[in-house]
Amino acid sequence: MIERTPLLNFTTHAILIVGLVMLLLPLWIVFVASTHDFRTVNTVPMPLWPGSHMVENYVAAWTQSGFGPKMLNSLVMAIGVTTGKIAIAALSAYSIVYFRYRLRMVFFWLVFITLMLPLEVRIVPTYAVAANAFRPLQVLLDVFGMSWLLESVTGLRLVLPEWSLLNSYSGLILPLIATATGTFLYRQFFLTVPDELLEAAKMDGTGPLRFLFDILLPLSKTNMAALATIMFVYSWNQYLWPLLIVTDPAYGTAVMQLQRIVPGPLFGEPPRWHIAMAGTLIVMLPPLLVVVFMQRWFVRGLINQDK
Amino acid sequence: MADILIRSVVKSYGRTKVVHGIDLDILHGDFAVILGPSGCGKSTLLRMIAGLEEIDAGEIAIAGRVVNELEPRERGCAMVFQNYALYPHMSVAENIGYSLKIMGIRKAERLERVAAVARIVGLEEFLDRRPAQLSGGQRQRVAMARAMIKEPQVFLFDEPLSNLDAKLRVQMRIEIRRLHRRLGGTSVFVTHDQVEAMTLADKLVVMNAGRIEQVGTPKEVYHRPASLFVAGFIGSPPMNIMRVERATPGLARLASGATLQMPRLDTVPESSLRLGIRPEDIELVAPGTPGAMEMPVEFVEELGAGHLVHGEFEGAEFVVALPGAIEVVAGGRLHMRFPPEALHMFDAVSGLRLDGGEKASGLSSGAVREFA
Repeated sequence: MIERTPLLNFTTHAILIVGLVMLLLPLWIVFVASTHDFRTVNTVPMPLWPGSHMVENYVAAWTQSGFGPKMLNSLVMAIGVTTGKIAIAALSAYSIVYFRYRLRMVFFWLVFITLMLPLEVRIVPTYAVAANAFRPLQVLLDVFGMSWLLESVTGLRLVLPEWSLLNSYSGLILPLIATATGTFLYRQFFLTVPDELLEAAKMDGTGPLRFLFDILLPLSKTNMAALATIMFVYSWNQYLWPLLIVTDPAYGTAVMQLQRIVPGPLFGEPPRWHIAMAGTLIVMLPPLLVVVFMQRWFVRGLINQDK
Repeated sequence: MADILIRSVVKSYGRTKVVHGIDLDILHGDFAVILGPSGCGKSTLLRMIAGLEEIDAGEIAIAGRVVNELEPRERGCAMVFQNYALYPHMSVAENIGYSLKIMGIRKAERLERVAAVARIVGLEEFLDRRPAQLSGGQRQRVAMARAMIKEPQVFLFDEPLSNLDAKLRVQMRIEIRRLHRRLGGTSVFVTHDQVEAMTLADKLVVMNAGRIEQVGTPKEVYHRPASLFVAGFIGSPPMNIMRVERATPGLARLASGATLQMPRLDTVPESSLRLGIRPEDIELVAPGTPGAMEMPVEFVEELGAGHLVHGEFEGAEFVVALPGAIEVVAGGRLHMRFPPEALHMFDAVSGLRLDGGEKASGLSSGAVREFA
């Protein structure tokens, strides 16, 4: 729709600019706070113009928190979760869209319902499973009387070994890779692929796996980029789950570490906001870079224009 | 020999039966065209041959092998789709060579064969392009090259020309025919366009409502339609149909009471029937000639080489095709005669041709015995 209405143009721009300012203002305050010394940051009101201690604050944030290894942990986790999510989403959507089996739609809706269940809701049972990944299996065996049967026949009690995911990369990654959003996004994409493409591929002699890898996945490149961007930011920003599952500092993530640099070194000291804000900006950088680099693909994937 | 033998094939979707027990032989080297209105089950039949639809009952055999349970890739068929169905992310060369890649053929040989096929369809300069950068006709050629490269015994075409503009359609029609002769396989071509069907077919199969109405050469189907449906479907404008009753021997009485000389009438037992006459078979006569019929002219369609005169005759729409030299104006009257030998007789109830038209069976006498 093309309209030439100066007043409307002005209004829309004004709304956009107000929204932008509201979004950027907190970020600006974070940045300003990260450039002052301890005393200035804690004065009320805090100045709104950058100070002169920027470099030393950033150096302090980096050295005091030991961000190096933490960033690496965060990166491993974010990449792991993102890759896992894309793989699971593509596979589950492929199954739902391209295969006819009983209860197919039931499965789809079950996946879909989990959209409404954030991680926080299921965090206790998930922790229980992460503490011993074989536990659901053991419970099933007990409930269906399999262990009892085995015990009465052989006299041996079947006890599965414990498999703990606590304090490990798999513990950080695996419980987060199920994704209803991704499955839904992929399902919608697969539904737009014309049936003839599948039929042509069948005539060319592809099996289901080749069709997925040779045709569907290359076609979904932009989708994949969009999903990867969202999911990278999502998993980089995970706080509660790593906090719960990781007690060994060797597996701590950068976002977890942020919380540790807020209080001063001595008990009762006021929070060191200037260092904390510098740390925040450092931690924000990787997801920001991902968004900047993936932006072109990201937008194309969401508006689905690349046909 | 890639004969396609179809025996009592049935297909239903849920409770609706769309193909009602079809028997058809398409012999090696045939160019068979399945023609019918949309929803008559012609595409379903083709897709059952290809293996894209399951066969609910009956059997299909290709080259002597029953293929009911075979995967599409095991049937030795290649298919060209209506909307081309090219892989959008692959170049033309990759599209054409994809089936070879799946068969595990080495890259060097693959490229060689792709180049050879591309030369046949005139695509050498476009091998590096993506389908999105091609015109409709070029995409159709890629689809055809993709079908040809496997050197299949059977080519299946599912309305491949209906997305092209009229001029290109004529050109591609000729190319498809030429390719068929050159490659020498068996082709099955589905269309709803009768011109396409008439010009391409060795064997024309007319389908309606899930059944075969007639099988024959285009000439046979045109000149001796086996049923009222075929008479009305083939030919543009279609055949004129009149209701008649048998009067005194050799005389048919029209609804208005006018009578028509028709000696052949006595060879059939039915007394109530339909007579059909092609618009171009009607002769004009001078007013007052004995036996002349009169029709008011409603309007005239100018075709250049001739014209079509529309009017109402015996309570139904009636069309007469006349050569360009004869002048007719709307509002005038047309005096015409129906040559008895040009009249087609049909049963009023069953709609079947009465004077020994071809049976609506697709079986060729030779093949029936081979197929147990």
